[in-house]
Amino acid sequence: MDAQPAPRRDPVTRAAVRQLLVLGAVCVAVFAGLMAALAWASSITGGGSAVHRAIDFETRTITLVLEDEPPQLDSTRSTDAISFRILGHVMEGLIRYDASNDLVPGVAERWEIRPEGATFWLREDARWSDGRPVTAHDFVFAWRKVVDPANASEYAFILYPVRHAEAINTRTLPVEQLGVRAVSPRVLEVEFEGPVAFFDKLVAFGLYFPVREDFYESRGERYGADAVDLLYNGPFAMTRWVHGAHVRLEKNPHYWNRDTVQLNTIDMPYVTSDTTAAVNLFKDGSIASTGLGQEQLEEAMKLRWNLGRYVDGSVFYVDFNFRPERPTSNVHLRRALQLVNDSAELVNKVIALPGYQPGVSMFPGWLTGVEGPFRHEYPPPVVTPDHDKAREHLAIARQELGDIRPLVLLTDDSPIANKQAEYYQNLFQRTLGIEIRLDKQIFKQRLEKMTSGDFDMVAAGWGPDYADPLTYGDLYASWNGNNRGLYENPELDAQVRIAQSSLDPRTRMDAFGEIQRILIEDAVHLPAFERGRLFVQRPELRGVVRRTVGTDPDYTHAWLEETP
Amino acid sequence: MLAYTVKRLLQGAATVWFIATATFVAMHSVPGDPLANQRATSEEIRRNLEERYGLDRPVIEQYGIFLGSMLRGDFGISFTQENRRVNDIIRENFPVSATLGILAVTFAALGGILWGALTALYRNRLPDLVITFLVILGISVPSFVVAALGQLALVNLNAAVGEPLLPVAGWGTLRHMIVPSLVLGLGTMAYLTRLMRSSMLEIADADFIRTARAKGLPPTRIFLKHQLRNAILPVVTVLGPAIAAITTGGFVVELVFAIPGLGRYFVTAVQQLDYTVIMGTTVFYGAFLVVMVIAVDLLYGWIDPRVRLE
Repeated sequence: MDAQPAPRRDPVTRAAVRQLLVLGAVCVAVFAGLMAALAWASSITGGGSAVHRAIDFETRTITLVLEDEPPQLDSTRSTDAISFRILGHVMEGLIRYDASNDLVPGVAERWEIRPEGATFWLREDARWSDGRPVTAHDFVFAWRKVVDPANASEYAFILYPVRHAEAINTRTLPVEQLGVRAVSPRVLEVEFEGPVAFFDKLVAFGLYFPVREDFYESRGERYGADAVDLLYNGPFAMTRWVHGAHVRLEKNPHYWNRDTVQLNTIDMPYVTSDTTAAVNLFKDGSIASTGLGQEQLEEAMKLRWNLGRYVDGSVFYVDFNFRPERPTSNVHLRRALQLVNDSAELVNKVIALPGYQPGVSMFPGWLTGVEGPFRHEYPPPVVTPDHDKAREHLAIARQELGDIRPLVLLTDDSPIANKQAEYYQNLFQRTLGIEIRLDKQIFKQRLEKMTSGDFDMVAAGWGPDYADPLTYGDLYASWNGNNRGLYENPELDAQVRIAQSSLDPRTRMDAFGEIQRILIEDAVHLPAFERGRLFVQRPELRGVVRRTVGTDPDYTHAWLEETP
Repeated sequence: MLAYTVKRLLQGAATVWFIATATFVAMHSVPGDPLANQRATSEEIRRNLEERYGLDRPVIEQYGIFLGSMLRGDFGISFTQENRRVNDIIRENFPVSATLGILAVTFAALGGILWGALTALYRNRLPDLVITFLVILGISVPSFVVAALGQLALVNLNAAVGEPLLPVAGWGTLRHMIVPSLVLGLGTMAYLTRLMRSSMLEIADADFIRTARAKGLPPTRIFLKHQLRNAILPVVTVLGPAIAAITTGGFVVELVFAIPGLGRYFVTAVQQLDYTVIMGTTVFYGAFLVVMVIAVDLLYGWIDPRVRLE
């Protein structure tokens, strides 16, 4: 097309270039003007200030990034980690966790837990953020809401230890029958459905937080939808919530224990799930702390940042499908797969992220047993990879099943899940000659396929709801809705019942030890890893608590310290 | 003109209805359960949730209810943002996307026209070659790379200056808007530059330019009145779809720069099977696109007297 170049001294060209320069200047001016106009317009509709510093000593403010917007903050209906993190700062239950993860008095100044029930005596100075006292009735109202079928709370089952809770939630009893009542404004009386060994730990959970009836009713459908649609009784109060953009927590002047709260403001003017953006913000000095992904690890090491790590409590494993028509219902096939599985190799060579631990049991390492760590008191049976023995089991499985068709491994479509699935695909093909077909799905579709039983194996995971081994221990009980492979073993069921109903720590831990043994010896699943978390934090910010169960990260006890 | 506008608006309404129906059908045929969560819910809780969202009714009835409330301009309550109406989500977050989009489109259009005209004037000489190379780069590098690089450049800029000159992310002031809108508009600008260049070259050989030169019009007048004005027409044509594409396609830029735009809701809703948000945003964006295309067609008739709208 461009056969002949334009003549160099064409008067039209020269005039045109001059014109273009003028036009260019006009365009820049137009663009700048437009931008100023739009900035003015959006400042009217509620924008933020321009620049945030990670730490401001004068106002005792820290700035952070929020990975995601909380769906809503009505504690009776919360399900996700972000909501529980914010609620953990702005609300307080009867009992709370302190900086060293011990249970300490919250709204209740003392309590008594008996086999058939519990009594909580509320402190006199516990206040809502409008200055009115927190009463026993606020707990009765909130707990009834949680189990009220009309409220459709997904976490309602966490209140099932309270008398009649399940019956109310399944519409067989009216909500007034719930086994909790306010004897007086400062005494709360709870009846149990059966003995429960860890009710003090349950009470620290977000679904047990109080809600004040008159305020709740005055907000109607809007309760928990905005900062003004909530009342707070925790160390902080939410003073700003621009959806998808900005959350700000400020010290609650009515909190009974306000003198121990050092930070004045926790500001979160950035909402993004992009870890690279978060790390750029940290590098820029705009935020005080952030989590790290694998992509940022190398750079963080290069910049010699101080890396923090902790286990977040979740365990990951491969579940089998026990429906009779599935090859994985054959114990010898599962045994063969178990004998070639090498979670140490998976974690150290394939995932290769600091903080991750090779999976050896359904019960992660952080759980407490009778006195010390559970896994020290009840070491799980060791499975050493043994390819010869695996092939022997495979031969038996072939005799029983005939030819083994390719197995379907259902998995999430996320970077780590992909690595994990491809590792298994390669491993089982290489060592046993078993072909694995990967079925990668987004989270919700994976769940649906799990529930309908459309898999042979599935890469799954489980995070704790409360700090007791039972949160993992009852997963493979035949009646548990999360047992999606439909594993059924009366021996295991019996142990779960003991763990659920006994109050004696020794008896309960013995039961969990048995459950652990059965899960490994019957090759019920293949442990993969215990997830670790990496984060960076400004050295001036001290006393932030990271937890496996409960509010994480917890800034309630954090303080600022100027470093030289 | 009026008859034409009415006709186009009616066609547009039919298009939006078709988009809504197709999305509704597609959404309900995708495997996956919008109410599924990590923890298995009991039959009872599930039934409570289904009732809350009307999922217990037959699909055809759900469709009828959806169409009815859509006509009233009500898209219902989000599945994941449980206390928020989809209307509120659109009302609060679309202005942000629109602000970003308007800036990006203005930047892309002005830049595209200027660079395109310049490259055409310097055809096959150094400025042309340099800009054409940059244009190819701009078209082929995906926006998430440009966004990440742009953000990294900001971090380094602030570090070099020693104080926060421009914020690395966030939203609310003039300083937040500059880099994201440039990043968002870059691809479109590159595309428009190429379009403008070829359009300019085509016009340069046209008979009426030769006539204008022959009759001795001043060069300034030839360039502005005859060449530039005619060359802009194809650019205006693609501007409508470009506005819609930029405003709806800001997802990556919004994520990287932590901008509370609608694009994020649009994409995550699909991943989370948030039925009401999917329907609300799709219908809204669909209507937006249709309106933009009609607006550009009307504008076209106004700029180019040869086009008669009937």
